[in-house]
Amino acid sequence: MKNLRFTSRTVHGEKGYDPHTGAISFPIYQSATFRHPGLGESTGYDYTRSENPTREQVASTVANLESGNFGFAFSSGMAAISTVLELFKPGDHLVVSDDLYGGSYRLFEEISRGHGLDFTYVDSSNIDHAAAAVRDNTRAFFMETPSNPMMKVTDIRALVSLARTRQLITIIDNTFFTPYLQRPLELGADIVVHSGTKFLSGHNDTLAGFIVLNDEEMAERIRLVQKSVGAVLSPFDSWLVIRGLKTLALRLDKQQQNAIAVARWLQKHHRVKNVYYVGLPDHAGHDICKNQASGYGAMISFTVKDAALIPRILNQVELIAFAESLGGVESLITYPLTQTHAAIPEDIRRRLGIDDKLLRLSVGIEDVDDILTDLDRALS
Amino acid sequence: MQFASRLIHNGNEIDKTTGALSIPIYQASTFQQNDVTQPQEYDYSRSGNPTRQALENTIAILEGGHRGFAFASGMAATSSVLSTFAAGDHLLVCEDVYGGTYRVITTLFQRFNLEASFVNASDHENIRHNIKPNTKAIFLESPSNPLLKIIDLRAAAAVVQEYGLSVIVDNTFMSPYFQRPLELGADIVIHSATKFIGGHSDVVGGLVVAKDPEWSKRIYAAQNCFGAILGPQDSWLLLRGLKTLKVRLDFQQKSAHRLAHWLLAQTEVEEVFYPGLICHPGFEIHRQQADGPGAVLSFKTRDQATALAFLNSVKLAAVAVSLGGVETIISYPRTMSHAAMPETQRHHLGISDNLIRVSVGLEDCGDLINDFAQALNNKLKPLSSLDKVYNYRL
Repeated sequence: MKNLRFTSRTVHGEKGYDPHTGAISFPIYQSATFRHPGLGESTGYDYTRSENPTREQVASTVANLESGNFGFAFSSGMAAISTVLELFKPGDHLVVSDDLYGGSYRLFEEISRGHGLDFTYVDSSNIDHAAAAVRDNTRAFFMETPSNPMMKVTDIRALVSLARTRQLITIIDNTFFTPYLQRPLELGADIVVHSGTKFLSGHNDTLAGFIVLNDEEMAERIRLVQKSVGAVLSPFDSWLVIRGLKTLALRLDKQQQNAIAVARWLQKHHRVKNVYYVGLPDHAGHDICKNQASGYGAMISFTVKDAALIPRILNQVELIAFAESLGGVESLITYPLTQTHAAIPEDIRRRLGIDDKLLRLSVGIEDVDDILTDLDRALS
Repeated sequence: MQFASRLIHNGNEIDKTTGALSIPIYQASTFQQNDVTQPQEYDYSRSGNPTRQALENTIAILEGGHRGFAFASGMAATSSVLSTFAAGDHLLVCEDVYGGTYRVITTLFQRFNLEASFVNASDHENIRHNIKPNTKAIFLESPSNPLLKIIDLRAAAAVVQEYGLSVIVDNTFMSPYFQRPLELGADIVIHSATKFIGGHSDVVGGLVVAKDPEWSKRIYAAQNCFGAILGPQDSWLLLRGLKTLKVRLDFQQKSAHRLAHWLLAQTEVEEVFYPGLICHPGFEIHRQQADGPGAVLSFKTRDQATALAFLNSVKLAAVAVSLGGVETIISYPRTMSHAAMPETQRHHLGISDNLIRVSVGLEDCGDLINDFAQALNNKLKPLSSLDKVYNYRL
């Protein structure tokens, strides 16, 4: 399994086929509980909150793709992130990238702070800022790269070497790139988290979250939390993610190809001011990205010159759906100010550049000419 | 709008009520009627179900037809179409037809006095020669299964239409992405949607598209009376599969092309059948009626022992029936897809005991070639029985 190339592993998954029947598609074990062979005996499966064969298959497949030893599947990306935070205890401090998904920010500020955790938000595209924020009680870095929505790139290797000198855990949210383009554990990170809802599942029809890591002790803790809190991915949704993963490489290839064309087109448009796409050579993180990832993904943010255009664009797009979320086969356009990043205070938003002129685009697998036609009409 | 976009945006992808980007799965058998004097769009799921209808509308758009119909399997689709004919009617069927179609025609429908002649349909004079006063339709498959023979669909349609016959085409191997038979003169298109349309080896389903309102009426009557309909859950999975049809097929076709050329160069391989090869006798006709050669190929090894050793030794590819999925599937037509066909007929068609069919999946093509190379050269494996072929474990 491990020596196969990436696309082959996405198709065949960790176990391959159902060992009992040969079914090519892994079975959906839609069972809450499992019959015990006898008193004090177990088949290895007792109750689906603790373990379920279909969930195990999706979790171990994602772990395999991320080059990690242990994988865990959760009912949403936020369930995965909140489980990771259970590795810490009151009084612990985390240094977090400031350009962050609004849901993560809300979790940190409104829930975890109440549990005694402390957070400092830094521009992680500059490692010195991350270093300066480390305190005596700092336990971890939590970074998104590329970040959402401003597409800032963190140098993962540099962050890891900084973390190691201070005995910190490095956690990377790899949602935007997926293991097809970027494998943080290979670069030295300790934990990878995912919103599996996005590119991993890829069809805008399932919510899911993942944690992948190598350390056995931390894995045991995550297993305990997952079992105790119970935010597990259901068997059917696990199976849908397994199904989605099979086309991960193809979807991303096509989405990225489309995104490059869309980014270049936007750059030339007279109503567009800035285009944030890591695949553009003039993007600040382009070179670092080239060094640590094998592609640039399909997420683009851009600003228009006049804020009055925004409602028009969002009303005029037809092919591109005006909706939250990203990573699916359908192109989606999002207005971060009121949607994904509404939970972030205005002063932080302003500092980051998340203003009333910013739009975020998740490029799908439609024909690129149709996407451009749609954007052209909406922008004119 | 281009094909790639139409797969994703065709008016059936967004729930009108909530805006959900994934159409709801209406797992309901019946529908509350608000006013008994006013018929509603849906009353009972056999007659119509919103999820199934989204799929039916989508396939109709992709094939360029009047109306689509979804069935519980490809054979349920074929049987429902055949059931629209009457006792005493005669059908022409291409002799390379899928084994399951051959079986239902020669066993079940024969009992109801539906006559059929199996003909070499790549020769139009031969078609003309076999038309009888009671002939009503011709049933074609191109490329054929498993030898990828090509029928000139335009020419065949033109000949039978002189006699007022209908043209039915099983388009399973191509999907509407590569071939749209209605544009070539067919009246009805049939799919085993289990294959490329579903594409993930996880749904059994069939689809039919009718060209005009009259055929739609006849097929709807069969669908509603027999009730071999596709369930809401499976309809939804096919809709999900369709979204990646183009990207899957582009990748699979590219690998199939590479694999076909690689196989040609192997000393253990006697012959390769793939309409993307210039040496394929149907290459030119196929190029004129389809947009690509697809992702299924077959080949003959130098002898049966090599074929069986190969089937016993492949590791990455699965040895299984079916095709069109993301996983590479290898089958042995002699005992699998064409087991239902009499030996003499198999022999006549060239389905020999050294023939292997390959449906190329989404694995890295280099991995597949490595796997094929070790399997073709593995003579050491014992060939105790065919049962071992099924004991596959990655």
